Amino acid sequence: MFKFFAIPGHDRRLIPEGRLSGPMPWVIAIMIFLTVLAAAAGLAMTRAIGDVSDELSSRATVQIIEANPEVRSRQATAAAERLRALPLIEEVRVLPPEEIEALIEPWLGTQDLADDIPLPALIDLKLVRVATEAEYQSLRGALQPVAPGARVEPSSGYIAPVIALVRSLQWIAFGLVCLLALATGAAVIISARSALNTHTETIAVVHLLGGTDQQISRLFQRRIALDALLGGLIGLVGGTAIIWLISIQLTALGSGLVESVGLDWWSWLIIAAIPILGMFLAMVTAKLTVIGALKKIL
Amino acid sequence: MKDEIVRFENVGLRYGAGAETLADLNFTLFPGSFYFLTGASGAGKTSLLKLLYLSQRPSRGVIRLFGEDAVTMPRERLPGFRRRIGVVFQDFRLVPHLSAFDNIALPLRVAGVREKDLEIPVAEMLDWVGLGDRASARPATLSGGEQQRVAIARAVIGRPEILVADEPTGNVDPEMAIRLLQLFEALNTLGTTIVVATHDIHLLSKIPGAQMMRLEKGMLADPTGSLRHPPRPKDQLQ
Repeated sequence: MFKFFAIPGHDRRLIPEGRLSGPMPWVIAIMIFLTVLAAAAGLAMTRAIGDVSDELSSRATVQIIEANPEVRSRQATAAAERLRALPLIEEVRVLPPEEIEALIEPWLGTQDLADDIPLPALIDLKLVRVATEAEYQSLRGALQPVAPGARVEPSSGYIAPVIALVRSLQWIAFGLVCLLALATGAAVIISARSALNTHTETIAVVHLLGGTDQQISRLFQRRIALDALLGGLIGLVGGTAIIWLISIQLTALGSGLVESVGLDWWSWLIIAAIPILGMFLAMVTAKLTVIGALKKIL
Repeated sequence: MKDEIVRFENVGLRYGAGAETLADLNFTLFPGSFYFLTGASGAGKTSLLKLLYLSQRPSRGVIRLFGEDAVTMPRERLPGFRRRIGVVFQDFRLVPHLSAFDNIALPLRVAGVREKDLEIPVAEMLDWVGLGDRASARPATLSGGEQQRVAIARAVIGRPEILVADEPTGNVDPEMAIRLLQLFEALNTLGTTIVVATHDIHLLSKIPGAQMMRLEKGMLADPTGSLRHPPRPKDQLQ
């Protein structure tokens, strides 16, 4: 398939190759740059969704809503005891009041809230696995005798709208990658046709001297593949630089969800492969375009 | 039929929806023969040559080339047949960004001849057409006559079984024209079938054994196919 890279120099001179001199490598560079960014965004969101889902899908929160602080505290302790005895529960942690106040501090300020607002007691649960709705019903039933006002809510419920949004963005990112691949293919078709038009006379002569379609298409494939590879590498360098800058800024934000928006080594591997895939796409498109055009002449 | 290299049977050629450019062509060319194709401008000489060097398929009729049907031959097989035919185009059709050496070497490279095996024959061919010192010159820097000689060298370098030449002496001086005809004659002696289209009826007498085909308005002037008549005097050709 890559035989055209071994074309001797004298054959290459039939279709002159001007490194970075035409628009083709720069068009490919822009396409690959945008593809790298879109793919990085999609991959980062995939990882974020995976991390957050894994973390939250096996977690739940028990809220004990009781106006009397003493009853609330007693119910929370009893509920925690009850929960620890259940095989579905791996870890139980009753959140101390200061931690609850810290959670609502961004909205309600730093005053001593406990006296004015009856904050619910919160128990953070880690389950041994992802529980079904029936198991959550069973949990609620188990708590009923010791804490009648207890609410058991899966943590995934809180984050579900965010995950749905991120998942939509993820699909948009991958959709963009597909559109960019199509646009790259279209650019290659235009470039190959333009090159064919420019070299019509040379092609006709080579044809009449007994040149085969494969021989002629190899000349164009090599030229376009090298243009795509050069452009792709430029696009990759530019895209990687932008990703690196964004990752520094995200790290500086220090938000839990945002921190999980990062790239694994395999994501980097996929991104590094984009110029190669771009070259492969360009090569196949060029071959099909040139062979298709040559078949129209005898 | 055995011992024939080209046979045309009721061949017609029409471009688009227009009238037939060539009609009812019936003739046979034999290996090792020398043919002149004459006729007035627009008589269809170049069209007939295009059929011979497989640049066109006829609109009707049968063309047998090297014993095979060239009309229904699959497109994939055409390159192999084209390599057995040398062509000197009327407008030379040299590749402008290649040197004289590379232009002449092109048929050999297309045929997959190794680089070390083509340097000597190409250099010899350059010397033969008197361009030994212009090997690295590009067509734009060569005169019309020099370009024509490169085109002729390119056509004969692969020792084709048929050499088709369209007005090969049109741009060269009389002395060079005779030298080129001598080259064709030498090739003919080696067994190559030569077909030369020309306006210049004076050339006809230069090759004693040559036969003549005359086209008039797309048809052979002598439709019986008796091509072995000696060249006719100028007044009878017009």
